[in-house]
Amino acid sequence: MEWETVIGLEIHAQLATKSKIFSGASTTYGAEANTQACAVDLGLPGVLPVINQQAIEMAIKFGTAVNAHIADKSVFARKNYFYPDLPKGYQISQFELPIVGHGEIEIQLTDGSKKIIGITRAHLEEDAGKSVHDGFFDNTGVDLNRAGTPLIEIVSEPDMRSSEEAIAYLKKIHSIVRYLKICDGNMQEGSFRCDANVSVRPKGQDELGTRTELKNLNSFKYIEQAIEFEIERQIEVIESGGKVVQETRLYDPNKNETRTMRSKEEANDYRYFPDPDLLPVCIDQETIEAIRKELPELPEAKRDRFIKEFGLSEYDSDVLTSNRDQAEYFESVVNAANGEAKLSANWVMGELSAVLNKSNIDITQSPVSAEMLGGMIKRIKDNTISGNIAKQVFEAMCNGEGSADEIIDNQGLKQVTDPGAIEKLVDDVIDANPDQVKQYQQAPAEKQGKLIGFFVGQIMKKSQGKANPQQVNELLQEKLK
Amino acid sequence: MHKKTIKELSSALQNKEFSSEELVSFYLHRCELHNADLNCFISLMPETAIKQAKSADKKIQNGNATPLTGIPLAHKDIFCTNGTKTTCGSKMLDNFIAPYDATVVTRLNKAGMVTLGKTNMDEFAMGSTSETSFYGAVKNPWDIDRVPGGSSGGSAAAVAAKLAPVATGTDTGGSIRQPASLCGITGLKPTYGRVSRYGMIAYASSLDQGGPITQTAEDAAIMLNAMAGFDERDSTSAEKAVEDYTKNLNESLDGLTIGLPKQYFGGQLDASIESVIQAGVKELENLGAHVKEIELPNSELSIPAYYVIALAECSSNLARFDGVRFGHRCDDPKDLTDLYLRSRAEGFGKEVKRRIITGTYVLSAGYYDAYYLKAQKLRRLIRDDFRKALEDVDVIIGPTAPQVAFKLNEFIDDPISMYLSDIYTVSVNLAGLPAISVPAGFANELPVGMQIIGNYFAESRLLNIAHRFQQATDWHQRSPEGFE
Repeated sequence: MEWETVIGLEIHAQLATKSKIFSGASTTYGAEANTQACAVDLGLPGVLPVINQQAIEMAIKFGTAVNAHIADKSVFARKNYFYPDLPKGYQISQFELPIVGHGEIEIQLTDGSKKIIGITRAHLEEDAGKSVHDGFFDNTGVDLNRAGTPLIEIVSEPDMRSSEEAIAYLKKIHSIVRYLKICDGNMQEGSFRCDANVSVRPKGQDELGTRTELKNLNSFKYIEQAIEFEIERQIEVIESGGKVVQETRLYDPNKNETRTMRSKEEANDYRYFPDPDLLPVCIDQETIEAIRKELPELPEAKRDRFIKEFGLSEYDSDVLTSNRDQAEYFESVVNAANGEAKLSANWVMGELSAVLNKSNIDITQSPVSAEMLGGMIKRIKDNTISGNIAKQVFEAMCNGEGSADEIIDNQGLKQVTDPGAIEKLVDDVIDANPDQVKQYQQAPAEKQGKLIGFFVGQIMKKSQGKANPQQVNELLQEKLK
Repeated sequence: MHKKTIKELSSALQNKEFSSEELVSFYLHRCELHNADLNCFISLMPETAIKQAKSADKKIQNGNATPLTGIPLAHKDIFCTNGTKTTCGSKMLDNFIAPYDATVVTRLNKAGMVTLGKTNMDEFAMGSTSETSFYGAVKNPWDIDRVPGGSSGGSAAAVAAKLAPVATGTDTGGSIRQPASLCGITGLKPTYGRVSRYGMIAYASSLDQGGPITQTAEDAAIMLNAMAGFDERDSTSAEKAVEDYTKNLNESLDGLTIGLPKQYFGGQLDASIESVIQAGVKELENLGAHVKEIELPNSELSIPAYYVIALAECSSNLARFDGVRFGHRCDDPKDLTDLYLRSRAEGFGKEVKRRIITGTYVLSAGYYDAYYLKAQKLRRLIRDDFRKALEDVDVIIGPTAPQVAFKLNEFIDDPISMYLSDIYTVSVNLAGLPAISVPAGFANELPVGMQIIGNYFAESRLLNIAHRFQQATDWHQRSPEGFE
């Protein structure tokens, strides 16, 4: 039988606010345990939550970016359950009336086809703390630094039919939240997390199969592997006459398998009810419009513009716009390079990217500013330096030796373009290598192209790379005739 | 000294008739003398009180005093007080030292008041008798075989016995007004949102409201001036300017329209109480008020609505008492479930458990619509009844409680009867309105309170009516025998 997979994703993105969603404590990651938890985060008797307006604005930003309906009135609700890292015994979330209603995004697949994926809703909630099992002998430690960190939970429609679609959707959301600068997208630190609901059904059947929920998916690779494993497992269960059980399963990346965590019967009754400590969040149309107007250009629009405005390939545009900082850096380079887009793209995606990867730093911390790189590209374009010399200049810029112009001046890297000087170089090399000249002249035309390389190499060596290669080539061809 | 109101004490302090230190020492002595009989304090704080009194004396000396500087008070042990034990009347918090001050405490400290101690109460404010406390029952100074009402019974008994000139209380379903009524003193529940709830340990968040328990309406006005106001740490506190509540105390009552709800009189109301209230209303008519019979058709639904909503909220509010971070933790838990089960089983008393279980039930899948949602609908009906009535009348008057103070242990195993005694007070919390209870007479030699309910943020008018009533009567000046 042919099977069809149905996937829906729940994404938890930590919002990049300075302070927590209901308290003034800092949200910085990695501080000493329990140093970033105030009375409110600890759930001390008598404390009350106060909503962080920045979190509301970020949720609205997300909603407008995915063309979703923003609720004029949304309500915080308590999700009640006991857990040591949940200080109040309930999580403040949104249930019946979330801040972001139905929206959608378009994903692109590797075969070039496009697909619309629906977003059911997105709501605000607080993160829990962390249970720490190492270093407490038989006990468990609780670190409440993360408790109260704002999250937006983005729930998709069950619109995805393969792990490829799921990953494309996830990457798209990942890129949108980073473009909006509402989430740093760091999956290792857990600021961008995902649960996947997976089911299979015979192809052509309308009714959905029984789904399982996969947890502990903290990289794109694991998500893909977990979904793939789960699809195979479910098909196997059904084909061998069994039934898929509705349950939550944990992915184990070491064994690449999913395991039962808790069944539906063990699931909590969360007893949601509106939180009486918080007023409904009321948002007027003007606020939404003001935020919509200030939305940055989103990845898709930027990519299309790069193709149109700069004449870049779809591939280059995709790579450059995959991250907003990189796209903005690139545009600054182009500006500084008097509009030289293709060369700028090559340098940003090539040499610069290699340097950043090597030192594992972000483009915003690049040792070479966009203006400096653009300044150098300008000098390639106007023939002051060759592409090869540029590599030398770039390295010097990385080492903080100044701007391209300063380095070219100080190190005397300016290209030799004076026809007299070049002619002398060419003549000297021809005179010094009579055998090679003879060999060249006797060779058939199709081999001459390769043999001329020897003379070019010698001339460049003699000029320490500074002779204009195009001039050298032209002159050589003439003289060797 | 103890016969003086805070208004009188304040001018005596200003005129240097005595110092705050002398005054506070006097009250501390009185507390130590009588607390064993009444059990109205959980903690007394003599050392910090003397320190606060000395600093108040300096302020008075330097001319930086407010009308409350140097005046002693008692806080209901539901308000967090920085560095001191805050128990909420529960074993669960017997070891809890609050690391911060409630907003009400901060404001009164800033005004220069001196905290004598923390008063006893029904555990987590759940009760109408002050018998459910882990620290034992509070006794009514008018008859120590009787309860003072609850849950702010310790505060009410302390003010009635003049162990403190004033005390704070909280009112979720009548917990300020009913003990004020049963102890023959004045108790004000402000409009929901008028006084910050920050640092006030939550019972039912949408109903809880702090307020003063005093000898006179004038004192209540002075206290409310300091307690009321928007607090950015409480999202449900009202962003509304605070008036000077003492300004209109002496306004004439000419033209005042009083509504008497048909549903509040007759029926099960004790005749001796009804006659006290009718006499009180007569007194107000003498002062210029008109009376009009009104309808509050859904009154009787307020008890079930209240006990669903309050208990639902409490089941969630009390989840934080889990033995993990603070409060009682059982010995040698064998695993997490054992830690939760035993810590909570040992830390909470019977009434609290009853309410948590009931509250959990009404929020459970399959029951939510039938109970919680329906109760919310009733709440809207009840609020609309009041709104409609208050279009025709300025205030609504009736009894605060259907009976005088009852005997200790009378209702201990009959929670339903205890719940029913809240009939006149809970609807006011459901609607979020302000109300005051003032002493209006006696039945069987026990005090009877009259409740005046006003429109939203009409505290000024309520205090004006109560003050004029107290100018014309002397019920509020009666003292229980042994505490004169």
